[in-house]
Amino acid sequence: MLSLRLYMFQRLSALLTAPFVVGHLAVMIYAIQGGLSAAEILERTQGSVLWFLFYGIFVVAVSIHGAIGLRAIALEWGGLKGAALEGFMWLVGLGLLALGARAVWAVTFSQGVGV
Amino acid sequence: MTAEVLKVTIQRDADRVETFDVPAYENQTVLDVVSWVQQNADPTLSYRFACRVGMCGSCAMMVNGVPRWTCRTHISKVVDGNAVMIGPLRNLPVIKDLAVDMDPFFDKWVAAEGVHHGALTRDDEIAPVHETSATRVEANAGIECINCSVCYAACDTVASNPDYLGPAALQRAWTLLNDAKDEGRVAILDAVSGSGGCHNCHSMGSCTMYCPNELNPMSAIAGLKRETAKNFFKRGR
Repeated sequence: MLSLRLYMFQRLSALLTAPFVVGHLAVMIYAIQGGLSAAEILERTQGSVLWFLFYGIFVVAVSIHGAIGLRAIALEWGGLKGAALEGFMWLVGLGLLALGARAVWAVTFSQGVGV
Repeated sequence: MTAEVLKVTIQRDADRVETFDVPAYENQTVLDVVSWVQQNADPTLSYRFACRVGMCGSCAMMVNGVPRWTCRTHISKVVDGNAVMIGPLRNLPVIKDLAVDMDPFFDKWVAAEGVHHGALTRDDEIAPVHETSATRVEANAGIECINCSVCYAACDTVASNPDYLGPAALQRAWTLLNDAKDEGRVAILDAVSGSGGCHNCHSMGSCTMYCPNELNPMSAIAGLKRETAKNFFKRGR
């Protein structure tokens, strides 16, 4: 039940996600040298347009990719069909988007640790 | 083969199997064994065959759990000790014993536009076919399909998603897409882009693994994915 449109969305979002994953892992390895603190992370991300765009686009791509992928699993292994299947896909996609967007928003616009 | 008697277990129903003692011979196919049972042990056994030489695609069955063309499968290749298990093809409704209803399989050939789309009349010149052109090479690669449904029975994606058109139908669509004599390009690309289309394939490769004619439906389906993706950027759908 994967139409051409969903297939293209999944492939294109994968194309986007791959370099973001690599970038994310590279920053993680770089950032934990000499210990890791919330303050250090926030210092990097607060008010930064670059990191907002990096993680903002990353979150959108992952939400699309993950929702379509889990939809295929729900169909083939879970036996979901019709409206339940489409509802599941949208729930996963919007859920991931809400969780991710909330985090990106917080590390960009919050005023400091604990605020 | 050293055993003088084969223990042949045949699936008679979803939850009923029967085991027959069948004399072993030096030269014996799985189809020979099934025929021996029907002719000598139980005349009510239903199964299907026609040509016995691997051309008609009628005799495919599950042999020890995998799909095979039984007329060209030597029993010595599949026996486990002296035992063998024979059942009806997977992924198709069983009519009786080893005979399955092939309608869903052939309906999907048509649904994938696996039919000739001609544009010429009898008054036109015959379309030239260039044997060495890239598209003809692709078309030739899939043309020996005998519609036996072994790939369809082998496909796990068909098993878990009954709407999926399956490897044989999609390979047919790919063959016609590359055929200079076929004018059905738009219809074919639309047919394989729907909810049961080529994009459901996970490239697990069972079709290519079990095809008795050693065709490669998985690569044909990959070709369809490529063409539909190119078309997506051109036409926006």
